[in-house]
Amino acid sequence: MQAFTRLTGVAVPIDLPNIDTDRVIPARFLRKPQGSAGYDRYLFHDVRFDADGSEKAEFVLNQAPYRPATIVVAAENFGCGSSREAAVWALMAYGIRVVIAPSLGDIFHQNSLKNGLLPVLLPTDVVAGMRGQLHARPGATITADLETQTVTAPDGAAHHFEIEPFAKQMLLTGQDEIALTLGYETQIREFEARHRADMPWLTTR
Amino acid sequence: MALTMFDKIWARHVVAEGPGGQTLLYIDRHLLHEGSAAAFARLKRAGRRVRRPDLCVATADHYVLTSPGTPAADTEIAAMIESLSTHTAEQGIVLFGRGDARRGIVHVIGPEQGLTLPGVLLVCGDSHTATHGALGALAFGIGSSEVEHVLATQTLWQRRPRTMRITVDGRLGPGVGAKDVILAIIATLGAGGGVGYALEYAGAAIRAMSVGERATVCNMSIEAGARCGMVAPDETTFAYLEGRPFAPTGEAWTRAVASWRSLPSDPGAAFDREVRLDGAEIAPTVTWGTSPQDALPITGRVPDPAAIGEAGRRQSLERALGYMGLTAGMPLTDIVVNRVFIGSCTNSRLEDLRAAAAVARGRRAIIPTWVVPGSGLVKQAAEAEGLDRVFLEAGFEWREAGCSMCVGMNGETAREGERVASTSNRNFEGRQGKGARTHLMSPAMAAAAAVTGRLTDVRTLRG
Repeated sequence: MQAFTRLTGVAVPIDLPNIDTDRVIPARFLRKPQGSAGYDRYLFHDVRFDADGSEKAEFVLNQAPYRPATIVVAAENFGCGSSREAAVWALMAYGIRVVIAPSLGDIFHQNSLKNGLLPVLLPTDVVAGMRGQLHARPGATITADLETQTVTAPDGAAHHFEIEPFAKQMLLTGQDEIALTLGYETQIREFEARHRADMPWLTTR
Repeated sequence: MALTMFDKIWARHVVAEGPGGQTLLYIDRHLLHEGSAAAFARLKRAGRRVRRPDLCVATADHYVLTSPGTPAADTEIAAMIESLSTHTAEQGIVLFGRGDARRGIVHVIGPEQGLTLPGVLLVCGDSHTATHGALGALAFGIGSSEVEHVLATQTLWQRRPRTMRITVDGRLGPGVGAKDVILAIIATLGAGGGVGYALEYAGAAIRAMSVGERATVCNMSIEAGARCGMVAPDETTFAYLEGRPFAPTGEAWTRAVASWRSLPSDPGAAFDREVRLDGAEIAPTVTWGTSPQDALPITGRVPDPAAIGEAGRRQSLERALGYMGLTAGMPLTDIVVNRVFIGSCTNSRLEDLRAAAAVARGRRAIIPTWVVPGSGLVKQAAEAEGLDRVFLEAGFEWREAGCSMCVGMNGETAREGERVASTSNRNFEGRQGKGARTHLMSPAMAAAAAVTGRLTDVRTLRG
């Protein structure tokens, strides 16, 4: 996993609520290997490109000031729907490292944490305010600092965000979670013995 | 202390309390499909083995073509299926592959095979995994990284969600089924209303449902944003499970049932949130927009953005109507559809096919209509009772098992601009194909749309 510590970057506002992961990356691209050539183009593909591959001018990422975005400022329930981790892979392939929203799809939220995409949850009015600033000043930047759990909006206001200590530690260090869990081997083995005695019907073979 | 069913199942799976409020939970069942390939590949690259192949079962569903016979997919799609075969063979995991009658949609075959049992913790790299909650399992969807983690360790780090009980009292009216109930629930909660919650469905209307109908309800928990959804096991559950291939037998069965009887939430158990609906008030329900929360009784009209004060919601509604090609205020029954899809992990079980066949019998589809059974065994059972004949005589297409046009990963998609009456679970933009327009509804309502060519109140076809 890519570690995340601190980032200042151009932020792009995405105003509609309930942006589902089918819209983030359509299903037909899920058979493409993660990180293969052109993966960044799958991001928001069908709202971003016409059938001939040319850009739809109205889509926000196709507008020059927002192109170099590394931060997305979204609305409620961004990333809802399908569990496809490819939604996170496509965002990161484009260069996005932070998603700020009032709420996130549950599985998308987990997937973000596992890949080093920082999810930042802030109150609805704060996030709406940031999107307003980004519309007013296209290309404005936001700073996200994980150590201090602070996001600094284009207007200079600093907003504290909450993140679970466990997730924060994993993100800061970029640690391999599986390696960490394998350190619990003794507990896992003890649990398996107990569980087998309590619920012997759970065996399958 | 009075505990919820969720509390009890959670407590039985705690391996360790980790740092920062995370809990390491043990996974009893891990279901896999073609989409799990990336996780297998990373595991292999890291030089790791699957810890408990005996607790994993795999099936090919997302990428398998469902046209009659055994058609060849394009190379990329075929490679996804091949990759699952290779990885499961290497790791000693049971696979229901092509040609195996047990093959089918992962959320149909888990219960069907008796792999899904009350009180188990079951995961799958698919967001509709809550389906298995119909049997009183704690079941949720995970991403690819978490699939790899479960393969390697048979555990997952989780933060405890809050609990919500959704009680559906009373009796459902004629022509109203499980799909209408869950669409009404999602419309009540909103697409994000369940985020951070484990749902328990309760009440007389839920108790009266078969396991398959409960599966339809639990299946769409994620469409309200919830981590999982479950129904307490009861005699209906035990009768369903007894004798299934992976269900316990003999003394183990007796012991299991005794344990399962202790699972339901204790009287007086506290939920973080309670929601009640009156089952008798629920009408046949359809979606008009591009989120499952955009659901209304079929007797309703397409909403009017002008009536909405808040700018964000108005903009969202305008976009949805534009995408769907609908006019504000038009009666839902005026919406003309081009195609019907009956299938998906939401509605492809035997009871779904029976409900569709009851409407199709003696009538004729006037638009292309696909029926895609949830598994090879569902297909066989339907054929044994002659449902395939009913569908074929009505001009419906009777296909092989798979996810098919719910998600179109196998290339089975609707055309741009085509309007689909669908029993699936998502009406997102482009879900059933680029530019395709989806209206979600029950199998009976989808069959009614097939024979009339428009959204139709199935109650008006009866008698």
